[in-house]
Amino acid sequence: MPAQSASGSEKKSSSLSMDEKEYKKVAKKHEPPRPILKNCLKAFLVGGTVCLIGQAIQEAFMAGFDMTSKEASNPTVAVLILISVILTCLGVYDKMAQWAGAGTAVPVTGFANSMCSAALEHRAEGLVLGVGANMFKLAGSVIVFGVVAAFIVGIVYAFLGFGGGHL
Amino acid sequence: MKRLGRQTWQFENRPRIIGRAAVVGPDEGKGPLSSDFDYIYDNLEIGEKTWEKAERKLLEQASQLALINANITKEELHFFVGGDLMNQIISSSFSARKLGVPYLGVFGACSTSMETLALASMIVDSGAGDYVLAGTVSHNCTVEKQFRYPTEYGSQKPPYAQYTVTGSGCSVVSRTGDGPVVTKATIGRIMDLGIKDPFNMGSAMAPAAADTLISHFRDTGLEPGYYDLIVTGDLASVGLPITKELLQKEGLPMEQTVFNDCGLMIYDREKQPYVVAGGSGCGCSATVTYGHILNRMQKGELKRVLVVATGALLSPLSYQQGETIPCIAHAVAIEKEG
Repeated sequence: MPAQSASGSEKKSSSLSMDEKEYKKVAKKHEPPRPILKNCLKAFLVGGTVCLIGQAIQEAFMAGFDMTSKEASNPTVAVLILISVILTCLGVYDKMAQWAGAGTAVPVTGFANSMCSAALEHRAEGLVLGVGANMFKLAGSVIVFGVVAAFIVGIVYAFLGFGGGHL
Repeated sequence: MKRLGRQTWQFENRPRIIGRAAVVGPDEGKGPLSSDFDYIYDNLEIGEKTWEKAERKLLEQASQLALINANITKEELHFFVGGDLMNQIISSSFSARKLGVPYLGVFGACSTSMETLALASMIVDSGAGDYVLAGTVSHNCTVEKQFRYPTEYGSQKPPYAQYTVTGSGCSVVSRTGDGPVVTKATIGRIMDLGIKDPFNMGSAMAPAAADTLISHFRDTGLEPGYYDLIVTGDLASVGLPITKELLQKEGLPMEQTVFNDCGLMIYDREKQPYVVAGGSGCGCSATVTYGHILNRMQKGELKRVLVVATGALLSPLSYQQGETIPCIAHAVAIEKEG
């Protein structure tokens, strides 16, 4: 075997001489930071707009169908979910989300998108093992931790004995 | 064939790429290298019902075109070395089912492009096969589905995320015929410097690329200036500067040559902002090498090129369990004859 070596590297037995700690510093330096303030502002604007649209729909139900605000809330949510599902199916929602971030993820429209996108994606694996089994792949954890949080809050109410009167 | 140093093969019987093809999807077709590809699909479905079938079709088509360009039939083909990013490398194996030739399936994540070319060249160089096909494929949606979220799920990608290339690159290696010669291959070792974020592939893979480059020049005794162009596979806008810095610290004079990255070359990041930091995936280095780079070589613009394909060897399970990302890079030197 020919004993060749690049100039100046004869001494080195291993190739890259850098440890994890040192490397993390180098990597961090090159990592573009997330624009947190900009993202917060966008999320506020988009999330607020979604809520504004929701409010407009609710007002429309109240005015058009002579509903109380409580009666109008369920059909309002249904309409928002429908809009979100349609936008997901058209392939628009994920593009909006890249710009809006939490603004499209936090409202009920984000929940609908997470279920609809998983259902669409796994349709190829059939209705039972695909759509049925995967639909809650992302939304499932929201439900689990929502129920756990509600349980804890419920316990607190039960022991402290306030605020639970109407439950 | 002989071994140089610790991890470099030198092919002495001059295996050459006598035919090649690159087939890509719509986003790559909108990029700056569009004129270098053999076929561009204008949609991601590629006429199939599932993303997985679409990915397989890309590989089948690229392999057929490579055989046509090499002017051989599949009956003359001795072996097929292939790999991809899917679980159990289904795209390659299912394509091999259609091809019907003896098959070796390999997995090196995005480094598969050069891993398959290195192995195909070794088979040809050793005389174990006369015509060997090397190929790989990736599809944006299959990768999103398997490694990340459903394709239509609205999640915001961080500014260092990369965009998986939809495309397949194949080459036919033989001892006889015309084409650029595969002269050397440096097989990488696993590098893991503790990066855990699966979106931060560039940072995770940069040390592997640097390590393989240092090893290549240490083993061969060459300097970077020997090559007209050195490209990494898919380090993109975050990983490439890190590799440059690591190499500078090690004293490797990369300024002697043009040092670029396939993930930065395949898209125009200003006109295609959705690719964020740049391209990734097996198809990235495969289509850029077999399409763009070898075209430039054929035109006489490049004489010697070193392609360092980088791969992040993680699985969805491994990162969910909090493991760091082991990475690898394989380098293949391709030189024009004469």
